[in-house]
Amino acid sequence: MFENFDFEIIVTSIPFLIEGMGLTLLLTVLAIVGGLALGTVLALCRLAPYRWLSLFAGSYVNFFRSMPLILVIFWFYFLVPFIVGRPVGGFYSVLVAFIMFEAAYYCEIMRAGIQSVRQGQVHAGQALGLTYRQNMRYIVLPQAFRAMIPILLTQAIILFQDTSLVYVVGLRDFLVAADIVANRDNRLMEMFLTVALVYFVMCLAGQLGIRKIQKKFATG
Amino acid sequence: MPMIEMSSVNKWYDDFQVLKDCSTQVAKGEVVVVCGPSGSGKSTLIKTVNGLEPFQEGTITVDEISVGDPATDLPRLRARIGMVFQNFELFPHLSIMENIKLAQLKVLNRTDDESAKRGMELLDRVGLVDQADKFPAQLSGGQQQRVAIARGLAMDPIAMLFDEPTSALDPEMINEVLDVMTALAEDGMTMMVVTHEMGFARRVAHRVIFMDEGRIEEDCTKDDFFGTARGERAQEFLSKILTH
Repeated sequence: MFENFDFEIIVTSIPFLIEGMGLTLLLTVLAIVGGLALGTVLALCRLAPYRWLSLFAGSYVNFFRSMPLILVIFWFYFLVPFIVGRPVGGFYSVLVAFIMFEAAYYCEIMRAGIQSVRQGQVHAGQALGLTYRQNMRYIVLPQAFRAMIPILLTQAIILFQDTSLVYVVGLRDFLVAADIVANRDNRLMEMFLTVALVYFVMCLAGQLGIRKIQKKFATG
Repeated sequence: MPMIEMSSVNKWYDDFQVLKDCSTQVAKGEVVVVCGPSGSGKSTLIKTVNGLEPFQEGTITVDEISVGDPATDLPRLRARIGMVFQNFELFPHLSIMENIKLAQLKVLNRTDDESAKRGMELLDRVGLVDQADKFPAQLSGGQQQRVAIARGLAMDPIAMLFDEPTSALDPEMINEVLDVMTALAEDGMTMMVVTHEMGFARRVAHRVIFMDEGRIEEDCTKDDFFGTARGERAQEFLSKILTH
């Protein structure tokens, strides 16, 4: 099986692959940042004392969690230029899709995190005269974030893998870059094995990192 | 005018009535101990005073400001009432000094220097100056509770509420907390204290309230309470906790 294995093609395509990985990582990081921000707002809405706000946030979450990500990517590819009124390019439409989609998941993670902060802590903040907003900002959210770091990072790893779906709108991420080389030189085996290995190593490193962080928090 | 006044307070959790027609008052400088069997509503009662627990009927005023009035700026009122909890409730992600400074900075708008100075004075008062830079988890329960008292005092409150401040503590740590509270009472602080520590009540309280099944059954001076003039339920309760 490996008698014709061509290592050279892997080496020579490295710069091209790195370019693709750059897009993958950029998309991952921006989607995490945007998704976290929007997800936090959604979680606060979901826990807000106003029924219509929590209903809105709840519907949002249920809606996006019921949709295949690839469908959301498709939609926004057509929807975003339509809303903005001009073509925005694949990258921005995909970025918006990822942020909106991830926010639904981050919202649920944040909600669980916020609810994991003991009622007594909330009372202590209130008793000191902190307003709802101050209590959230200085007491509840910092503790919620700490409790959520492992699961937030796990979600980030899932997102990192999911960014490979951008091939449907023709963006050249890591996977697509490898695919291009593979088809051009008819070196499918070499390129897809490389891709698998790189994804595997990066995700494994991420998971080991998470475990380390978990241990650190567990010991206090 | 009493510092804290409650009249005919009723509170329900759904169908279950936890407070039944509770009326009492606490004068400025007075120390009132609230006791009673568990589930009698004493913790709920003290938490209605600063509005942590809402109530459906009756009125509560603190320094003539109505707690139940929707127009009342509750955070502002709460900032003037210190509260100490059974489980200390120090903020685990902040250092001891940051715990004491936070509300001074954010609520009273004191400068960093002012809050730190006030924080140090109070840590000195509860004997924990050397712990200022540690985190709550590094302190014993008794030390954490003393910090919690200092944190409350840093707001220069007009009254202090204590919700079973020693019941989560190991026996050897109870006295260090009670000593701080005793000193505070001797300084003339208005205090409402939910506790089973009858020794503290005997030494420090001016009045004792006994609650049972959501009702204030006894509300009398310390001497009357520990004398003979008390009802059957209170007597039963006292004999149970004083015999061991």
